[in-house]
Amino acid sequence: MQMRQVSQSARSIEPPLLNQEILAVDRVSLSFGGVKALSNVSFSVKEGSITSVIGPNGAGKTSLFNSISGFYKPSEGDVRFLGENVNKITAPERAERGMARTFQNIALFKGMTVLDNIKLGRHAHLKTNVLDALFYFGRARREECELRREIEERIIDFLEIDHIRNQSVANLSYGLQKRVELARALAMQPKILLLDEPVAGMNREETEDMARFILDVKEEWGVTVLMVEHDMGLVMDLSDHVVCLNFGKVITEGLPGDVQAHPDVISAYLGSGDVAALRKKFKEGK
Amino acid sequence: MRIGTAKENYLHDAALFDTNVQRAWMVALAAALLVLPFISGQYIGYLVCLVLINIVSTTGLNILTGFTGLVSLGQAAFMGVGAYTVAILEINAGTPFLLNLLIAGGAASLVGVVVGLPSLRVKGLYLAIATIAASVILHFVFANWTSVTGGVSGLTMPPASIFGFELVQPNQVYWIIMPITVVMLFGAANLFRTRIGRAFIAIRDRDISAEVLGIRLLRYKLLSFAISSFYAGVAGGLWAYFFRVITPESFPLMMSIFFLAAIIVGGMGSILGGILGAVFMTMVPEILKMMVGVLSPIWPDAVAVMSPVRIIVFGGLIIFFLIFEPDGLAEIWRNIRRFFHLWPFRT
Repeated sequence: MQMRQVSQSARSIEPPLLNQEILAVDRVSLSFGGVKALSNVSFSVKEGSITSVIGPNGAGKTSLFNSISGFYKPSEGDVRFLGENVNKITAPERAERGMARTFQNIALFKGMTVLDNIKLGRHAHLKTNVLDALFYFGRARREECELRREIEERIIDFLEIDHIRNQSVANLSYGLQKRVELARALAMQPKILLLDEPVAGMNREETEDMARFILDVKEEWGVTVLMVEHDMGLVMDLSDHVVCLNFGKVITEGLPGDVQAHPDVISAYLGSGDVAALRKKFKEGK
Repeated sequence: MRIGTAKENYLHDAALFDTNVQRAWMVALAAALLVLPFISGQYIGYLVCLVLINIVSTTGLNILTGFTGLVSLGQAAFMGVGAYTVAILEINAGTPFLLNLLIAGGAASLVGVVVGLPSLRVKGLYLAIATIAASVILHFVFANWTSVTGGVSGLTMPPASIFGFELVQPNQVYWIIMPITVVMLFGAANLFRTRIGRAFIAIRDRDISAEVLGIRLLRYKLLSFAISSFYAGVAGGLWAYFFRVITPESFPLMMSIFFLAAIIVGGMGSILGGILGAVFMTMVPEILKMMVGVLSPIWPDAVAVMSPVRIIVFGGLIIFFLIFEPDGLAEIWRNIRRFFHLWPFRT
């Protein structure tokens, strides 16, 4: 145990932020009882890039996201964020360090307005304590005002959701809810943004809007993006780097074009073997 | 119709009362509260004080159950902690009432935090059962720690005094109860304009994604218990100054259910809902009682026959409101307001 501790800390002190990697997943395995959701997954996310994780359903993408954001503790391996091993750090503390995520099935707070949902994103960076809050004086008033101004001027304007700011999120369309979730994640002042299927279930127009926002987040806000997505068009157009998972393992990673052309990726998505041979086999079997 | 409400800065937009009409009504209400004890009789004064005490405690429970989503049936027991603390301090130390009330709130919130500890693991009905257990234990302590609580016979305490002037009658104690109620209501309303209140609502709606946003669940759940039972403790302290006799039977489990019913009828997760619920639950039985009293000259048997009917009508009204408007009286109020915002046009 002692030895392991030492080697771990030695590893995290090692200098090699070579390509300015902001997040590194290092030989991460995750198992639930006998099911191995992830085995020996390693990749890194470079600062200022858009990295996509793709893979068929059940490949372990969301498990990977949950391990990165702190819901699951990897059974083996490390997750390093900004050069620091975050295995022992809880989800709220990871949020304070600048890790923000959105969820596949929208996780907004239905009882609050759009504005309050977005404000909630800043929670970890505000300092108001109970006494300030009860009297809404001094720090509470100042913080709330500054936060409101910033959210209005930077986030709500940017994501074009000013017309719904005072509506309850329960009444919004799916596409708008996804956009509010992105707004809330941006309010967290993230260094890295984890997007779990940002355009799932969206129509063409909403997908295009979201793609534009993701690019702007990277280029104007300078936030690194790591996303899981099934829409290959979006992944190929936006990503700087693509990681493909299947059965909990990394099949390949690299530039979007290379990954797309990789035979293992094609067989993971479409199944292996040629169709003619399969058809013949099927007929013979009959 | 509502017009001329354009805001010029964010501070105005975040104000609790954001229109002149609202402010005018609040001034009228404040004036009424100031004049009331001079024009009301003993009975009305008594009822008003009782309503105000119940409002404080109901608002506390609303913070915990309505806003944070943690069901508690310990509110009456926390009130008991506050009441006993005030009585003990008043009898033994004779410290000023404001200090006593603060200490009562503090003591109750300490107990509340301990009772709230299971809330990280258990939710919903299970937590309700855990808090019932806590209130049974507290009842046992009140009844058996004779050297401190006076056992089953309880404690009798001297009245509160300001500058040597003793507040005995309801219309006098009112001057303690009313300002404290107002301050605590504003406190609760302010809480939900800041990050702390938002964190509570986030925990209620989706605790897992709250965690990813950087909200530490245990800390905020316990904070909610602490604030809620602080309100209960102060309400209990006010109750003690009002009745001045405290026994273990003063704060039965039934009273906790009363507060829970009040927030459900009034509207969970709304400060106004807590107020309306407390007023409804306290006043409706009294009004029904008065109606029976009015009937009695015409119908001599009215009291005997109508008393059980009264309780049935009360229960029926609660069920009626739950079915007719599940979001509580506060939602009915909001609908009325919405109607007048557009009046004479219709939606």
